[in-house]
Amino acid sequence: MTKAFQKIYTEITAITKATCSLRATGVGNDELATVNGKLAQVVRIIGDEVTLQVFEGTEGIPTNAEVVFLGKAPSLKVSDQLAGRFFNAFGFPIDGGPEVEGEEIEIGGPSVNPVRRRQPSELIATGIAGIDLNNTLVSGQKIPFFADPDQPYNQVMANVALRAEADKIILGGMGMTNDDYLYFKSVFSNAGVLDRIISFVNTTENPPVERLLIPDMALTAAEYFAVQKNEKVLVLLTDMTLYADALAIVSNRMDQIPSKDSMPGSLYSDLAKIYEKAAQFPTGGSITIIAVTTLSGGDITHAIPDNTGYITEGQLFLRRDSDVGKVIVDPFRSLSRLKQLVQGKKTREDHPQVMNAAVRLFADAANAKTKLENGFDLTDYDQRTLDFAHDYSEKILAIDVNINTVEMLDTTWSLFQKYFKREEVNIKEALVNKYWK
Amino acid sequence: MTTGKVKGIISNLVTVGVDGPVAQNEICYILLNNVRLMAEVLKVNKDNVFVQVFESTRGLKVGDSVEFTGHMLEVTLGPGMLSRNYDGLQNDLDKMEGVFLRRGEYNFPLDEERLWNFKPLAKAGDRVEAASWLGEVDENFQPHRIMVPFAMEGSYTVKSVALAGQYKIKDTIAVITDSDGVDHEINMIQKWPVKKAINVHTEKPRPFRLLETGVRIIDTANPIVEGGTGFIPGPFGTGKTVLQHAISKQADADIVIMAACGERANEVVEIFVEFPELVDPHTGRKLMERTIIIANTSNMPVAAREASVYTAMTIAEYYRAMGLKVLLMADSTSRWAQALREMSNRMEELPGQDAFPMDLSAIIGAFYSRAGFVYLKNGKSGSITFIGTVSPAGGNLKEPVTEGTKKVARCFYALEQSRADRKRYPAVNPIDSYSKYIEYPEFEEYIHTKIEGDWIGKVNKLKTFLQRGKEVQEQINILGDDGVPVDYHVTFWKSEALDFVILQQDAFDAIDSVCPLERQEYMLNLMMDICDREFHFDDFNAVSAFFKPLINLCRQMNYSEFHSEKFEDYRHQLDEMLANIK
Repeated sequence: MTKAFQKIYTEITAITKATCSLRATGVGNDELATVNGKLAQVVRIIGDEVTLQVFEGTEGIPTNAEVVFLGKAPSLKVSDQLAGRFFNAFGFPIDGGPEVEGEEIEIGGPSVNPVRRRQPSELIATGIAGIDLNNTLVSGQKIPFFADPDQPYNQVMANVALRAEADKIILGGMGMTNDDYLYFKSVFSNAGVLDRIISFVNTTENPPVERLLIPDMALTAAEYFAVQKNEKVLVLLTDMTLYADALAIVSNRMDQIPSKDSMPGSLYSDLAKIYEKAAQFPTGGSITIIAVTTLSGGDITHAIPDNTGYITEGQLFLRRDSDVGKVIVDPFRSLSRLKQLVQGKKTREDHPQVMNAAVRLFADAANAKTKLENGFDLTDYDQRTLDFAHDYSEKILAIDVNINTVEMLDTTWSLFQKYFKREEVNIKEALVNKYWK
Repeated sequence: MTTGKVKGIISNLVTVGVDGPVAQNEICYILLNNVRLMAEVLKVNKDNVFVQVFESTRGLKVGDSVEFTGHMLEVTLGPGMLSRNYDGLQNDLDKMEGVFLRRGEYNFPLDEERLWNFKPLAKAGDRVEAASWLGEVDENFQPHRIMVPFAMEGSYTVKSVALAGQYKIKDTIAVITDSDGVDHEINMIQKWPVKKAINVHTEKPRPFRLLETGVRIIDTANPIVEGGTGFIPGPFGTGKTVLQHAISKQADADIVIMAACGERANEVVEIFVEFPELVDPHTGRKLMERTIIIANTSNMPVAAREASVYTAMTIAEYYRAMGLKVLLMADSTSRWAQALREMSNRMEELPGQDAFPMDLSAIIGAFYSRAGFVYLKNGKSGSITFIGTVSPAGGNLKEPVTEGTKKVARCFYALEQSRADRKRYPAVNPIDSYSKYIEYPEFEEYIHTKIEGDWIGKVNKLKTFLQRGKEVQEQINILGDDGVPVDYHVTFWKSEALDFVILQQDAFDAIDSVCPLERQEYMLNLMMDICDREFHFDDFNAVSAFFKPLINLCRQMNYSEFHSEKFEDYRHQLDEMLANIK
């Protein structure tokens, strides 16, 4: 990478666990450098003292290490050749294939002018009723799974990616276990969709600070396909909690004062810069982001999920339903903020009402269950809601069910008919007359 | 002008060595290749000046040159701001080319070529001073007064005023002479630094006129007034944005300014898409005509986020000086506080609670105090009603931004997770929320001119019923349905009826979403009538069996056009139901 005219510095004045400093001139903020071959980025310039953040960590770096400035911010070469390839956090191939040729674009580029955005309006079908029926996704949306580490969020996300009719699927893996990386790889190749997939992966075997580049790499590739090729791009980011942890490590090394939960004070802006890349562009392309934020013991008041919730357009919760022994998408805590843009408009007219009625009855069942646990007697209605909830969990909410929205609606109607009277479902008369068979 | 060179860079905090005088908060431009990046002075330490850059500093180098401007961050005020979409520094977003925002791209916020229909208000010989009205133009059906610039000190004599006719904003529309006999040409535009309040009024009394929003839980239970302040804290997903949009759509204001400060871009897009279509319920014209949007969404430069709320407030003060009723909404003030925190952190200031700057609560207080109802020097009145949202971390209201705001804002609309979970919208907690204005005798006097009878008494009674209902509910939960007297169930169901019929409101229903004051009066009277009755039931099941259909009928009334045939029919059914019960 070194070019003949580049100046080589060999006198490092300070080294910490993540950074090193030296005297240098003519250096630009955010510029990349190599320190004994390790990639680093300029994070602070005071006079002629330049501080570099070394992505791999500073283990073994001597005070006479060779430092070369590369004259550019982290960047990615973009072209159609990206499709089907696996890269590391620096955008270098890790699949043994050749380097990608194309226009070199600096990552972490500018924001979309809000007046140029279009309102998201296209439904993304996933086949999972907990999503399509209750929390419909829309292209241009950004939404995370809030899940505990033991939940099968990566499997669900892989399913969503495969079923969603996206032109490109870009996987940004941060702190992914090698097993999960291989899982994604094999799912994508078994499905024969590798040509639609692009992966940027940082596994637990790679240094944590490198993770910080992953979302920007993935989204730079996404912007290329969405803006220049007008494609519908789906970006999967897993796990954003590990990304935030890396932010905390760096800010700690930079002596910044931590705010809530030891996170940097800029956490909200840092996360927003990533998630707000989701957009519906005026020329038809779109970027949709589905992310994973792992929780600690389901605590959503922790700074990471809390800030995320304020940025994203809803959140999806997975939960094991002990009555049916399956993982379901929790209908109470999950929310898609953009669902009303498509429900009943791009789907059948009865969609919003059926969804609300079913969730309401499911809530009644939860109340009945509490009554039962507290030793109170159940009414006939209580019993029927419990029976309904069982079927609803098994036939609709379970994540292994794969049906289209019309089937979801028809199945829900049939459950209504099986357990309830017409007036108990509280649905507009005209719709009941039409769909109650 | 003073110039300087970049000496150090940490993210968007840049140290500049200067060759001349600089002022605190002065604006400068840093030259990065051929791009000019706007920045503001935050701290001066001998020759080292610390500036915050409103853009990304990627690629900036030590030695890059800096030009100081000699003024603070300013907005350009003049006709043509209504229905525009600005960024936090008042750049017109629609004038920018391309899908992406390019750094260093700034533009003139008004239209220099547009002709305005000018009508003189002053005449030669009139004594005038800063903010005196010289004339007016029609801006989207609002009388936009052309004033003596706020920065002009002392008094002047009008030498001439342009005749009625069509003028551009830079045309001279008046000449005024100062006490030394020097003439000053006045056109339709003026500049003003955003961090300085525009004080051109004679008196700022306690506000007292109800600002109707059409939202029952506000107008009836916790009213806000013209020139009042309020805030809406709430965890994510509790309907902050929906409530805020409802207020901005329906409020009886002349001008609505929305500062989208560090929030989701798609929410701003929703305003862009809806407001040009929606009709102002008070004038019948399109909502966008009276609206100005200041958008600094969460992914736009952080430093400009702080500027955006000040830009919005200054524009609001400008319209208030014309004698207009302005409603200013900021979503969310927490994001602004976070921007302050990021800078304070980079400047290595000693942190206060949660790493926020020590003076956070003073900054919030100073900002809220710029709102208010005023009497102008010509005896007319104007107002800025300010409602800010707060996004408390983890939904915990004991955090610095919420606490700092609670000290200064007079209305508190606490959004509550558990209410939102039960889909009781707007999810404003009826017990914790308050409006201080309802205690003002001035307000009581004013509301008497609108509503007959003891309105305040009824509202207080409503709150007592709700409070009682909550207490009884807790006891029922502990002791079980049959562990308490049947009377308790009656008390509980009365409060449920008030909750469902008065407090809850469907923001997405064409009729229910806007509830005019007259209708709120009717419904509250009706419900208080029901709640004042004594009911006797044999067992608790009979209580809910009676109240459930009653609530349903009242809600159907809410969904029907006021006094329509359907409405009266539901009312009739309700009366029959009440007549048949003992």
